[in-house]
Amino acid sequence: MESIPRDHARPGGSAADPMTTYEKPGYQLMHYVEGFINTDGGPVPALKTTLDKKDNIANILVRCGINRYNYRIVPGLYAVGSPGVDSEVLATANFKLTVDQLRTAISGIDAWILVLDTKGINVWCAAGKGTFSTAALVRQIHDAQLERIVNHKRIIVPQLGATGVSATAVKKQSGFKVVYGPVRAKDIPAFFKNGFVADENMRMVTFTMYERLVLSPIELQTAFKPAVISALIIFILSGIGPGVFSIANAWTRGFIAVFALAAGIFSGAVITPALLPYIPVREFALKGLISGLGTALLFILVLDAEIVSYKAAIALLLFTATISSVMAMNYTGTTPFTSPSGVEKEMKRYIPIQLISIVLSTGIWIYSAY
Amino acid sequence: MKTFRYIENVSTLVLHSEKCIGCGLCTHVCPQNVMEMQDRKAVIVDFDGCMECGACVNNCPTGALEVNPGVG
Repeated sequence: MESIPRDHARPGGSAADPMTTYEKPGYQLMHYVEGFINTDGGPVPALKTTLDKKDNIANILVRCGINRYNYRIVPGLYAVGSPGVDSEVLATANFKLTVDQLRTAISGIDAWILVLDTKGINVWCAAGKGTFSTAALVRQIHDAQLERIVNHKRIIVPQLGATGVSATAVKKQSGFKVVYGPVRAKDIPAFFKNGFVADENMRMVTFTMYERLVLSPIELQTAFKPAVISALIIFILSGIGPGVFSIANAWTRGFIAVFALAAGIFSGAVITPALLPYIPVREFALKGLISGLGTALLFILVLDAEIVSYKAAIALLLFTATISSVMAMNYTGTTPFTSPSGVEKEMKRYIPIQLISIVLSTGIWIYSAY
Repeated sequence: MKTFRYIENVSTLVLHSEKCIGCGLCTHVCPQNVMEMQDRKAVIVDFDGCMECGACVNNCPTGALEVNPGVG
């Protein structure tokens, strides 16, 4: 491995950049690369095993949906530590968040990382959609000239990649034997210690409170645009009343109804995921309906009784609960345990109910103005 | 998943036991521990835990497993 120059830190000096060694016209060195390793297949970039401020900020932003679909690194072969011809090769996706988790998880281990072109999508989703696949893996093994880099024929594929990869087909097409690793990158050191065997805990997916809530910002973000359009419609409908249309009503009643919309979105995207294992029904639409009713009751209780009539309260209750139900049903797409057949079944059952409920709540809301 | 259960009796997972050669790969790739090895054959022990991800189907060397979800 080429040594990484570390003695360039001259105070205030313009030539203080330690990476000037790697300058190349027209290219920019990525901040997560610490140097290059020369191999028979050419120089291979070595990844840092700690995240810097730039990584951390970008990771928080991507969790909020900013730059979400362009958060990728260039596919190809990378290194962690100082791997050699006997070191293991770990396959992964080119979603930057995925690569960040992998490179920090294996800090202290010397390994090669083969990054597949999954268009910036994580391993499991990419495997489901066909970009993390047998073909992609075989192609990348070939492009990286892996047989010139290592003297063994073994590649460790994350277990969740199995949805898109056939170990038998990879062996046949590339000569490399696929060894399925653990679900989570953080278990890789234990997997190595365990003699390349993922025990039951390493093989099972989990869905902890943190894992459920870290997805909420994206749910809220995708709901934002339809919510703004809905809010405009709500303001208009809220102005309808005894005097045909009242701008004052549109404003005051509209605000209350928009608040009910926000409560429904929050209930479906945050409260339902948080309470997911504790709401004793299976269907997400129903889970969302239940937590939405709870949220709506709290919301109506804090409202001034003079502003909201009995009829209006029913309309708001129904509205918040239905929005929560729709949002919760949408959340099935992010969980690691819902089957497509189950989702199809509940959509067929609950979409008509949700539609009727929205129409009904709108009708009662307008009626309550008279 | 043990702690999270979804709608029952909907999975399209099918295991053709007569084709199973007992390699055990399906039990390694399933993220929900749906299969278990019993007497050198794979057996479905948690049918409703199946999320139809297709990992077992993809890796079964003899085509003993099938899963065909619709559009989802």
